[in-house]
Amino acid sequence: MYILALIQSFLASIGRSVLGLCRSTGSLVMFALTTVSHLFRPPYYPGELVQQLIRIGYFSLPVVGLTTLFTGAALALQIHAGGSRFNAESVVPSIVAIGIVRELGPVLGGLMVAGRVSSSIAAEIGTMKVTEQLDALTTLSTNPMKYLVLPRVAAATISLPLLVAVGDVIGIFGGSLVGIGRLDFNAATYVQNTVNFLETSDVTSGLVKAAAFGFILSLMGCYHGYHSGRGAQGVGRATTNAVVSASILVLAANYLLTEVFFR
Amino acid sequence: MSDVPKIELRDVHKAFGENRVLAGVNLKVMKGESLVIIGGSGTGKSVTLKCILGIEHHDSGEITIDGTPVDDMDRRAFLRHFGMLFQGAALFDSMTVWQNVSFRHTHTHVRKPLKKKQARELAIEKLRRVGLAPEVADLYPAEISGGMQKRVGLARAIATDPEVIFFDEPTAGLDPIMAGVINELIRELVEELGSTAITITHDMTTVRTVSDHVAMLHGGLVRWSGHIREMDTASDPYLDQFIHGRAEGPIAAVR
Repeated sequence: MYILALIQSFLASIGRSVLGLCRSTGSLVMFALTTVSHLFRPPYYPGELVQQLIRIGYFSLPVVGLTTLFTGAALALQIHAGGSRFNAESVVPSIVAIGIVRELGPVLGGLMVAGRVSSSIAAEIGTMKVTEQLDALTTLSTNPMKYLVLPRVAAATISLPLLVAVGDVIGIFGGSLVGIGRLDFNAATYVQNTVNFLETSDVTSGLVKAAAFGFILSLMGCYHGYHSGRGAQGVGRATTNAVVSASILVLAANYLLTEVFFR
Repeated sequence: MSDVPKIELRDVHKAFGENRVLAGVNLKVMKGESLVIIGGSGTGKSVTLKCILGIEHHDSGEITIDGTPVDDMDRRAFLRHFGMLFQGAALFDSMTVWQNVSFRHTHTHVRKPLKKKQARELAIEKLRRVGLAPEVADLYPAEISGGMQKRVGLARAIATDPEVIFFDEPTAGLDPIMAGVINELIRELVEELGSTAITITHDMTTVRTVSDHVAMLHGGLVRWSGHIREMDTASDPYLDQFIHGRAEGPIAAVR
């Protein structure tokens, strides 16, 4: 009897977890659909959008720039070290370019912005919820989904491709600094190899990925902030959940989009 | 005066999972009246207000405004004539005091939004009405005291001369003198604007200063309701314990 009860309790705990996961997924999907639906239903708040473009996009430039600069530099060293085993050192410019543009620029940019922006959005909206500012917005005839969520999600979806485009250039520049300065590549040849090897689809796929990551990371920040628990602990948990879920979803989306683009 | 209540709740129920918060609340507020809802923590006072506002949806029963069920009416149209002072003032941290006060005039798309200069002037006028100097207008909420934040919240609530105002624990966390100032302001403003007001509070000084009628919530129901003059002579043991703040009585001290 005791063993049966133990098995039942184990199965029940699995069932509860599965139901919880289904509930959370459903709630997140509804939140995303509601957010997108507000794109087609005025009123809009262009002032808020501009403010968020500056906060999310412009102020993330140093983080994304430095990340891609050092990644490009390290990548050049690694490819040179690996390529030298097969006398293939000359592939450094092209592999740096393709690695940064297709993969590392969008993914690392997305992860860095997830850390910076998802947490900040979750903490901001979570605090607004705890201090009844969301309710106050409703009583002031303003829909918080339109006023807070949509501008943040739209700003991140627009900003990320721009940030990644700048990051791509800086990353390739980082690779070229190492290639030309440390690995004795000819500057003109390095640039020519980079430009010749890159195709338009490499760049566009990276930028589409970046837009998807921008949508995901801002949505996770807004969702967890909007559903934050009470008090400082609730907001803290919402912030952590936002960063963790945004990072995991960015990586998962990266795999799926890579399958779609390069299979 | 019309016989139709400004706000009426009929047999309103609301539960959060297993927790039944409102179990058939009946309330009526006539136009221009000031109703104060009292009751212990967790008795559903705030939930009642949130159900009227549509922030929470009631499970059953009917809530009407001017005789129209809230489910059938344009909620935004109702909110245009509505103001609320929140317990913690709920001012927007990222905006200055004047931007908070004139938020509805600059952000609501129903009316033509005011220009920045006009909105600031209107905010300063409302701030002056609640006893705040124009210099406060350009400060951020974090730069002013709790009492001043409450006054700014009050100025925001009356910014559009609303027909209905809700006050959620207006004196919570304030010293007795500031609480007295806020109570007097609420009474003056409600009379001056001719608004219908619902206040929820634990503070008996607030009850005696701002109310025409009082309703006591307990166990998800209106335990007692009546005119403020009848409150002290009422024989209800729950009301008697609450208004005299006695530890002994039918209301358990630990809920």
